[in-house]
Amino acid sequence: MSDFQIIDRQDFSDTTFLLEVCHPAMARAARPGQFVIALVDEHGERIPLTIADFDRDKGTITLVVQAVGKTTRQMQQTCQTGSALYGLVGPMGAPSHVADVGKVVCVGGGLGVAPVFPQARAFKENGAYVIGVVGFRSKDLIFWEDKFRSCCDELIICTDDGSAGIKGLVTDGLKSAIEHHEDVDEVVAIGPPVMMKACAETTRPHGIRTMVSLNPIMVDGTGMCGGCRVRVGGEMKFACVDGPDFDGHTVDFDDLMNRLRRFTEDERAAMERWNENCKRLEQAGQTTGTV
Amino acid sequence: MPVRAAEERVDDFKEVACGFSLEDALHECARCLECPNPACVAGCPVGIDIPGFIVKMEEKDYRGAYDILSDSNLLPAICGRVCPQENQCEGVCPVGETLEPVAIGRLERWLGDEAIKNNWNTLPHIEPVRHKVGVVGSGPAGLACAADLAKAGCDVTIYEALHKPGGVLRYGIPEFRLPNDVVDAEIANITRLGVTIECNTLVGRLFTIEQMRDEMGFDAVFIGTGAGAPNFMNIPGETLNGVLSANEMLTRCNLMMAGKFPDFDTPMHMGRQVAVIGAGNTAMDAMRVALRIGAEKVHCVYRRTEAESPARLEELHHAQEEGIEFHWLTAPVEILDDGAGNVRAMRCLRMELGEPDDSGRRRPVPIEGSEFEFETDMVVYAIGTKANPILGQTSKLGLNKWGYIDANETLATSIAGVYAGGDIVTGAATVILAMGAGRRAARSIKTYLGIRDSEAKYRSEQVGCAGTLFGIDLGERNFSPIRLAG
Ligand SMILES: Cc1cc2nc3c(=O)[nH]c(=O)nc-3n(C[C@H](O)[C@H](O)[C@H](O)COP(=O)(O)OP(=O)(O)OC[C@H]3O[C@@H](n4cnc5c(N)ncnc54)[C@H](O)[C@@H]3O)c2cc1C
Ligand code: FES
Repeated sequence: MSDFQIIDRQDFSDTTFLLEVCHPAMARAARPGQFVIALVDEHGERIPLTIADFDRDKGTITLVVQAVGKTTRQMQQTCQTGSALYGLVGPMGAPSHVADVGKVVCVGGGLGVAPVFPQARAFKENGAYVIGVVGFRSKDLIFWEDKFRSCCDELIICTDDGSAGIKGLVTDGLKSAIEHHEDVDEVVAIGPPVMMKACAETTRPHGIRTMVSLNPIMVDGTGMCGGCRVRVGGEMKFACVDGPDFDGHTVDFDDLMNRLRRFTEDERAAMERWNENCKRLEQAGQTTGTV
Repeated sequence: MPVRAAEERVDDFKEVACGFSLEDALHECARCLECPNPACVAGCPVGIDIPGFIVKMEEKDYRGAYDILSDSNLLPAICGRVCPQENQCEGVCPVGETLEPVAIGRLERWLGDEAIKNNWNTLPHIEPVRHKVGVVGSGPAGLACAADLAKAGCDVTIYEALHKPGGVLRYGIPEFRLPNDVVDAEIANITRLGVTIECNTLVGRLFTIEQMRDEMGFDAVFIGTGAGAPNFMNIPGETLNGVLSANEMLTRCNLMMAGKFPDFDTPMHMGRQVAVIGAGNTAMDAMRVALRIGAEKVHCVYRRTEAESPARLEELHHAQEEGIEFHWLTAPVEILDDGAGNVRAMRCLRMELGEPDDSGRRRPVPIEGSEFEFETDMVVYAIGTKANPILGQTSKLGLNKWGYIDANETLATSIAGVYAGGDIVTGAATVILAMGAGRRAARSIKTYLGIRDSEAKYRSEQVGCAGTLFGIDLGERNFSPIRLAG
């Protein structure tokens, strides 16, 4: 059943890798801000991943994965060029509203660097002046700099250790962008909840509209389970159908961060088991001389 | 009916209700009066020829009996298990006036199971027509519609958002009531008719209903997307960890096999004291799943009384036998935090029954000063569902004020050539009503496409009369629709 062929893979670091998956219909339909749900195998879980890029001519979509849990670690091992995913559904969620704005800052940190790219590109195509702010731990973990440069009028790279760009967090980059440009109309921030929260707090005093892309735990991604519910403006929303983009100034990030801890224990158990299995396989491989 | 003992069954997901043996089945058949004007057939939403298959069974022609049964219902092993027969065929069986009604549901299940066991499948002769029909959603409504259209020769593709077909049959109803193997086997009957099922396809987002019609070459579309979106109560504490919808719990367990975590990757962290809010079929399923996945104690919290519970009687009894504790006339007003973002307890009110409301049931009213704390570490909402918003968001389909798709009596929607049925039109109902709607829509689609319905009567007495052509109603035009370019 699975014909979601992986046609390219690039490793950006020991945890972050890119998969380019063949899905012509999805490449045609995808819009910035949408996500997919992927399944590695029949026993797998349904995991949401933001669409980091799509190529209508090639008929592919690009996902950037950070190996943090059991499933993403497994993907890191098994998702090689030429292999296929068991399931892939999307594009899901409401596309980002790429407004007709004059000047926009697109902020991406951690997992959010890749997903903010299609938004930056869309704003550029809409004729906006685009300032990109992307954060990495250090210089050698930087990826897609050329892609961002191709669609950003200015690019601010932030590294934790100062090995490239400015030393500091993406919020520092965002602050500097706002200082230098009084006429920023909109900020798009994608990354871990703490980062998006900090970005929203940075722009709040300036009253700049700030859109964030929420990443709660999901199951179906079709509005059927309510597992992805988030509190926005005092109301409950389902991130998979009402979002994933919301106004960052109204999102209850603490609630989101709490909900992301729902399965911590189970995740730890799954991780341990996975590590053990890997070790066992490795040992077996060593004794028989195969890998 | 034979069921497994409660103590034995609460630890596993094997079926609770055991099927009939051949002797039981034949004994049951012998009780049928074979009424000339069978009330049971009228009572069945898909009009199965019940006495017809019973007679065949008595003649020991089981295969023939199955053919009669599956002519109206391609999912008998499923329906035999989950239909509310007490309100349908069995409810109107005249034998039931004095004795127990004929156990039609169990006979249906027996035949369905025999067919699966012996791999019976009688493929009808299918004469291909040139029409392509798209079906959105692979629940009972979509499956039934697809089957009828495939039999009429259409080229049918079902699109399903999840990675496995079946709708609620797959993700909702637990294995101990409806094993996944049974769902697989009966869905295979439908693909055998030539229906293609494309999973992993979210219609509305991957392509729209309009695109199906205008760009993808579908001559007609049927929508059976169900009423999947769970309701919450809008009380404080609803986003705490440990609060979830029954749909989420059931999906994790039935579709994603969380019961087998960590063999399967999807976790379903179970509380010790689980409170399920609501007392319908979904609530019963959620409670019994919770019990099987390791909850110490499961409570049912309902603001009305047992008499108003919308669950099937049998399910309610099974839940009671399995040791679920019922708290009638109790309504939660707040979910309380343990200080670390998890559920610690609920604040509840005691209720009493007042005047009847619109539904005719007596309305529960809170008793003043009756507030109390209900200790629980997991709260599961099973208080109904609403329409899934995706197709409404992405198409020009006319919706009613609750967000369900507006369809007329032929199940036609506001878009020409697009039909809808099942829970997405009626709101949450039953498997068999959804199937009935799917079949009704199939009939309308055939008329729309100009395919002569084999069930339509040839009225020779009207030959020559106005409005007919050689006995064929002029309304049934056998025109081939033409597609305008551009
Ligand atoms: C827990 C539970 C227990 C139940 N028990 C019983 C019972 O014992 N007996 C009984 O008769 N009834 C029961 N019901 C009710 C019954 O299951 C439903 O009424 C019936 O399944 C409705 O069928 P449907 O085809 O309309 O929709 P569904 O079964 O809901 O199927 C809809 C399908 O469409 C898919 N879909 C939705 N949107 C899209 C989209 N945009 N693109 C592609 N696919 C989409 C969904 O993923 C789903 O698979 C129960 C329901 C629940 C939730
Ligand atoms: S992921 Fe299930 S409703 Fe959003």
